[in-house]
Amino acid sequence: MNRILLTLVFFMGSALGQPRSGLEFSGAEIRQLQASDAENPGMLWVDRGAGLFAQHCAACHQPGSMKGVATRYPRVVDGKVVNLEAKLRHNGPRLAYESQELLALTAYVAHQSRGLPFSRGISNEEAEKGRREYYRRRGQMNLSCAHCHEASAGKTLGAETLSQGQPNGYPAYRLEWQTLGSLHRRLRACMYGLHAELPAYGSDLLLDLELFLAVRGRGLLLETPAVRR
Amino acid sequence: MKRRDFLGFTLVILPVQALGQANAHVSTTDPLVVAITKGKDVLPGKVKLELPAVAVNGHSVAMTVKVESPMSAAQYVRAVHLVSEKNPVREMATFYLGPHSGRAEVGSRIRLNGTQRITAIAELSDGSFWSDQVAIEVREAACTDGG
Amino acid sequence: MALARIQLPKDAKRGELVEVRIVIQHPMETGFRRDAGGERVARNAIHSLACRYNGAEVFRATLSTGIAANPYLRFFLRAGESGDLDFWWLDDDEKEGTAKTRLVVA
Repeated sequence: MNRILLTLVFFMGSALGQPRSGLEFSGAEIRQLQASDAENPGMLWVDRGAGLFAQHCAACHQPGSMKGVATRYPRVVDGKVVNLEAKLRHNGPRLAYESQELLALTAYVAHQSRGLPFSRGISNEEAEKGRREYYRRRGQMNLSCAHCHEASAGKTLGAETLSQGQPNGYPAYRLEWQTLGSLHRRLRACMYGLHAELPAYGSDLLLDLELFLAVRGRGLLLETPAVRR
Repeated sequence: MKRRDFLGFTLVILPVQALGQANAHVSTTDPLVVAITKGKDVLPGKVKLELPAVAVNGHSVAMTVKVESPMSAAQYVRAVHLVSEKNPVREMATFYLGPHSGRAEVGSRIRLNGTQRITAIAELSDGSFWSDQVAIEVREAACTDGG
Repeated sequence: MALARIQLPKDAKRGELVEVRIVIQHPMETGFRRDAGGERVARNAIHSLACRYNGAEVFRATLSTGIAANPYLRFFLRAGESGDLDFWWLDDDEKEGTAKTRLVVA
């Protein structure tokens, strides 16, 4: 029965309906904080990223030329999923995942595309692996991403309202972290909640999920650095 | 009670009400308040503390405090104290101003450990203390709700 | 190295009220959070902050864990001569931080 349902879902595409940004599910404090560049702590990382860009990238890249770049990531290059962090790591200095430097640089480059629709040029076929992972039950809780973020989006879990789990604001400043973090950090946090094994930063599982999330959220505008709870 | 006595009773009560109810919402037995005011009266008024009525998340709540004052060399706000009712650390902040400030208004973002009342106490250059107190509902507490 | 973002009006007229906004990168750690291993993360918050304008103190604050992480402050000053706005702060770990910007007055 499960297999039939899963197949049906493959072909029907996601049961999401209209993609809605996490901002729509956030309380007033968060919306207010994100709306003000003077107050949004995420901008501290964007500032730092600007400095790093000037230091490491400006020799070849004009700062203005970064507009639109983040909308083309993640994407498949030579059969491998490449996200923005991976691209910056390979072309630029060898920065560790989730280091302050990589976060700052990623936030800066993504911020240059703020307001632009993301996830251009990813085919449904390429996102197939990630889609399968999205609907796969995992962890001690034996739940899939869809159980919360599709079936229950908009409902409350304790004091929190479940969002659709869209990636369009990452790297994002999360109040729970009291700092800026990447999408992979957020996905790992979700897995932690499911009492599942945590995949490594930059692992195939997280990259495949990231690719599917980009397709699923097609049409949303980039909000980096977003503020989330 | 004889009518005479009753009238006498109300005559005593009314003037006290008219005095502006010193310490109406600031407890005179709160040691934190006494440490700030050294036991002086804290009058309600002149201070406006702005907080939302409800905060879904207590980690970062916008706060503005304004004090009516000409901010001249003769009359200005010396300090504004922000006191929490339920945070583990009740003294949240003190902002020190002066005539050079031009306007007695400070904004920040505060952490709230649950639904509570926040009090702002302003100390003026003439040594008087004024206050405002606001109740705010916080759905997800910041400090002790398991970060 | 501590980071801060200071927002000032591009220019101001002498005698005008100027709104100063600053956001500082600092965890303002409460001492109540636990890390991945379950250990308490030690308290470390900025407790003292001061702002000098052309060398004279225009704003001072005593802060605590009751101020949100990556603290944001907004206050006013009267524009005098063009000059530097120097921020200084100190946290529970006795680490100092500074930030500077220039106020241009017409």
